[in-house]
Amino acid sequence: MAAYSRSGRVKPNSSGFELAIWYLMRLSGVALFVLVLSHYLILHVLFDPAEQTSSWIAEVRWSSTFWRAFDWLMLMLVLFHAFMGMRTVVGEMTHGGLRTLLLSGLYLMALVLAVIGTAVVMTLPNVVPAG
Amino acid sequence: MLLRYRGGEGMLAWAFHRISGVAIWLFVVLHVVDIFLVGAAPDVYNGLLFIYATPPGIIMEWLLGAAVLYHALNGLRIVIMDFWPRMTRYQRQLWYLNWGLFVLIGVPVTIVIAGQFIRSLERL
Repeated sequence: MAAYSRSGRVKPNSSGFELAIWYLMRLSGVALFVLVLSHYLILHVLFDPAEQTSSWIAEVRWSSTFWRAFDWLMLMLVLFHAFMGMRTVVGEMTHGGLRTLLLSGLYLMALVLAVIGTAVVMTLPNVVPAG
Repeated sequence: MLLRYRGGEGMLAWAFHRISGVAIWLFVVLHVVDIFLVGAAPDVYNGLLFIYATPPGIIMEWLLGAAVLYHALNGLRIVIMDFWPRMTRYQRQLWYLNWGLFVLIGVPVTIVIAGQFIRSLERL
């Protein structure tokens, strides 16, 4: 396969895991193009972030299942895309034991963020006590 | 790392993509933790929000928007070239198209965030 992309990564020759990651980076990237840009447009342009207190998030932003589902989908895709991107960076810049250590740290971080992010988006009550 | 490519727009596009990508990764880590605090410690989140809403925080917000917009547009350019190899012939034109769109979208967003910046100064 020719190295036809000037700024992207060359499509892996092998089939299997690396090729799947290559496709999934592009697929999640296109989805995030829509999700993240609309997220920024809504929460940083149409609304003033200075007003987005914890009670505003609980009572207004996350008052609908749609936005919770939207944010959860974005969370999953962004964690995959960001941490697989960092995997590439770490893979290119380090080797040996340091690489193993950093990659293990990255995967652990991604897992923790997926768990705490899922917990808050799924369980935050619509009314914060004494907000 | 930067020396791997032989210069030109392709190298710059790659370097900016990587720098913006790592910066966005850092912010995503912070952002998932701060939103977790909305449930776990609402007052701590509100304290963080107060810092985000200071003038330096608004400048960071603006830079984040720039990094995200660049990464999104250049990422789309990469995807177009990967799945439609003929477009690689026009990679330089696509790169300039990216910057055109970056400015076109960036200017109105900058005007809105400038308003937030002025309000952040008034809160001081």
